[in-house]
Amino acid sequence: MHKLRMGRAGDRVLMLGNEAIARGGLEAGIGLGSTYPGTPSSEISANFFQLAQETGLYFQYSTNEKVALEVAAAAANSGVRSMCIMKHVGMNVAADALMTLAYVGVKAGLVIISADDPYMFSSQNEQDNRYYGKLSGLPILEPSTVSEAKQMVIDAFELSEQLNEPVILRTTTRINHSNGIVELGDIVSAEPKGDFKKDPFNYVTVPAVSRKLHVRLLENIERATALSEKSPHNRITGTGPLGLITNGVSDTYVCDAVSDLNLSDRTRILRIGFSHPMPEKRIKEFLKGCEKVLVVEEGEPYMEEAVKAFAQEAQLTLPILGKGKGLFSRLYELDPKTVRTVMANSFDIPYRPKATVDTSDVPEIPARPPTLCAGCSHRATFYAVNKATEGMDTICPTDIGCYTLGFLPPLSVGDFLICMGSSVGTGCGFSATTDKKVISFIGDSTFFHAGLNGLVNAVFNNHNLTLVILDNGTTAMTGHQPNPGVDMEALDLAGYGRVSIEKVVQAVGVEHVSVIYPYKVKKSISVIKEALAYPGVSVVISREDCVLFAKGAKKKKTRAFTIGSSCKNRRDCISDLGCPAFFIEGDRVRIDPVLCTGCAVCAQVCPENAIRPVKEA
Amino acid sequence: MDSIRLVIVAVGGQGNLLASAVLGEAALLSGVEVKMSEIHGMAQRGGVVESAVVFGPARSTIISDGEADVLMGFEPSETLRALKKCSPDTVVITNLAPLPPFTVTIGRGKYPELETLQELIRKKCARLISFDAVALAKASGNVLGVNIVLLGALIRTGLIPIPPESLKAAIENRTKKAFLESNLKAFELGYGAADGIAAAG
Repeated sequence: MHKLRMGRAGDRVLMLGNEAIARGGLEAGIGLGSTYPGTPSSEISANFFQLAQETGLYFQYSTNEKVALEVAAAAANSGVRSMCIMKHVGMNVAADALMTLAYVGVKAGLVIISADDPYMFSSQNEQDNRYYGKLSGLPILEPSTVSEAKQMVIDAFELSEQLNEPVILRTTTRINHSNGIVELGDIVSAEPKGDFKKDPFNYVTVPAVSRKLHVRLLENIERATALSEKSPHNRITGTGPLGLITNGVSDTYVCDAVSDLNLSDRTRILRIGFSHPMPEKRIKEFLKGCEKVLVVEEGEPYMEEAVKAFAQEAQLTLPILGKGKGLFSRLYELDPKTVRTVMANSFDIPYRPKATVDTSDVPEIPARPPTLCAGCSHRATFYAVNKATEGMDTICPTDIGCYTLGFLPPLSVGDFLICMGSSVGTGCGFSATTDKKVISFIGDSTFFHAGLNGLVNAVFNNHNLTLVILDNGTTAMTGHQPNPGVDMEALDLAGYGRVSIEKVVQAVGVEHVSVIYPYKVKKSISVIKEALAYPGVSVVISREDCVLFAKGAKKKKTRAFTIGSSCKNRRDCISDLGCPAFFIEGDRVRIDPVLCTGCAVCAQVCPENAIRPVKEA
Repeated sequence: MDSIRLVIVAVGGQGNLLASAVLGEAALLSGVEVKMSEIHGMAQRGGVVESAVVFGPARSTIISDGEADVLMGFEPSETLRALKKCSPDTVVITNLAPLPPFTVTIGRGKYPELETLQELIRKKCARLISFDAVALAKASGNVLGVNIVLLGALIRTGLIPIPPESLKAAIENRTKKAFLESNLKAFELGYGAADGIAAAG
């Protein structure tokens, strides 16, 4: 039995935030889950994927977040409680669906998880998705702790059904990837089947319908405001004159600082857990009892701006501090010491932070950036492209996945990246405006997510572009989720179709399509050269299983390689390939037999043929 | 009780997250409040994995610079890199077996001398407990038991409010049965290693 189904109501269990959110979904009795994987949200859906194999829950990995939200929107309007899970930037992809779904609303509860990533631990930006509440008009709940995250999932479903609107549950990495003790409730068994009742004059958003539905949405925002005013998630602690307005994990830092600075008699804290719509009356009442207010929130001054506007309306002139005065940054994360220090300064409390050790005389420590794994097929592909383009002037737009790491030395392939699928779209732009050869790189999952449209565009507009599709048979970066190109039967999972990348590429009209197996180095180089010489759109599919996934699935028997005595220490293996299985011992290059996967690429690169398989014992 | 803050740093694949999970479970078994946070976005790709474990009443799950009571490093250069988490009162535990980052192999950096590294930490922090945890893991019968060896040393310091029995029970609950015997041995060896060093002052 799956670990998230175990345990009885009242049990206290140590859980990851993402596990707590998934358990919340089970306790809310969801019938459908949909997602496109993205850190820091991925473990929520990984758990649902496993749970769906042993319960009535229907779960799917959709091709992108927009499709995932459309799937969930239809389910919720067929009376099935649904959850749609994505990382913050996924909301941008889903936004088109989101904005008008807010007009249409839902029949059964729909909760959208937006997992934001302040500091960008694993993201391309740190946008603050609370603004999606304002933009769409939908309610937002924000937990401060792991245990609250589970409860808020359940409450979000109740709220969604009260308002007949989707509800956004916004987390940050420090909720998703923190562990805390959670008290379990009862699991409600899933009901994945519902029924859709036709009602085109409320569901088909032609202008005449939408004009009516926008009125409905505004009324719903009024109703949501009334609920926010009374919500236990917007709670006040303390009666002192020093006001603090907090949300999310910032609330835990503020509570700790109040205790550390011994301020509990002098402060009052308003924790905003229902952050859209903001509880206007509640905030105005709160401000009236304060001499001074400090707003503590990560990211943008979302609450601070609202609070200042409410103060103006209530003709209150007390100081309202936060990002506006530059006390807190809009960059990155907050942390307990920063919050404690700013609180002490803002409230004139004597406080001397504990001394941090002086690290000025610590020698520079070599960086340890993440790298492509030993034996990773992407390294072999990038090597082949580098060899095939020697002496050429190229632009190489890249995309989001493990292969983004190819931009680091020594491979140094990757010149431009903004979002999922951008390798192809920006490749079109570079080819239109420069005379350089454009080579775009995209992974299999990212190709299905947002690369396909770009490729159709490239064919239609006849761009001179080579697209290399790095097909490693899985969505590797986020933890090996399936995608439409994956052979699900090989994973013992029945009931799936399979989409052939070759057929899709040919069908959209790409005239020059080739497949390489990148561990065959010479052949790959010559096939890439041919593709580059083709004037127009060419596609090279580079196909090899993700070595990490194959290792986990024990699909491959591997035999490590070793460097023999004919090595002349030219080190092409390190300067051109840079596999992390190499290390230096004395002044010689060695291969770590534990890390080596036996891909044999280095053996083909070595000009002395000095790299050979380890002899069987 | 006052809250106790532990920072653990490791290289992806060294079993840091399992060590945190075992500690968390042991705290739960001992009736100690516990919260943890971890950053493991690219853990499987050779990057640094950092976790924070907070025992006691504090609500925060992360630990600011200078505020770790204990810093435990699974790899010596990573211990040194994380020194900003320490104050002069911090106790540091580190494995001494290096895993040089790949940047060293391609000539983009020099791995610090282990003697210098230990002197620096000794000079700046309250106490340093350093030993070759890989050798002890090998002696336990499982080279991957470095994480459990280090947990042994951590518990021996007495700084974490968890008795050895709870930790052993957590090892039973959270690690694979096939490795139970070697893990319990690894725990004892780590516990003993810190004992010797503590006695030597």
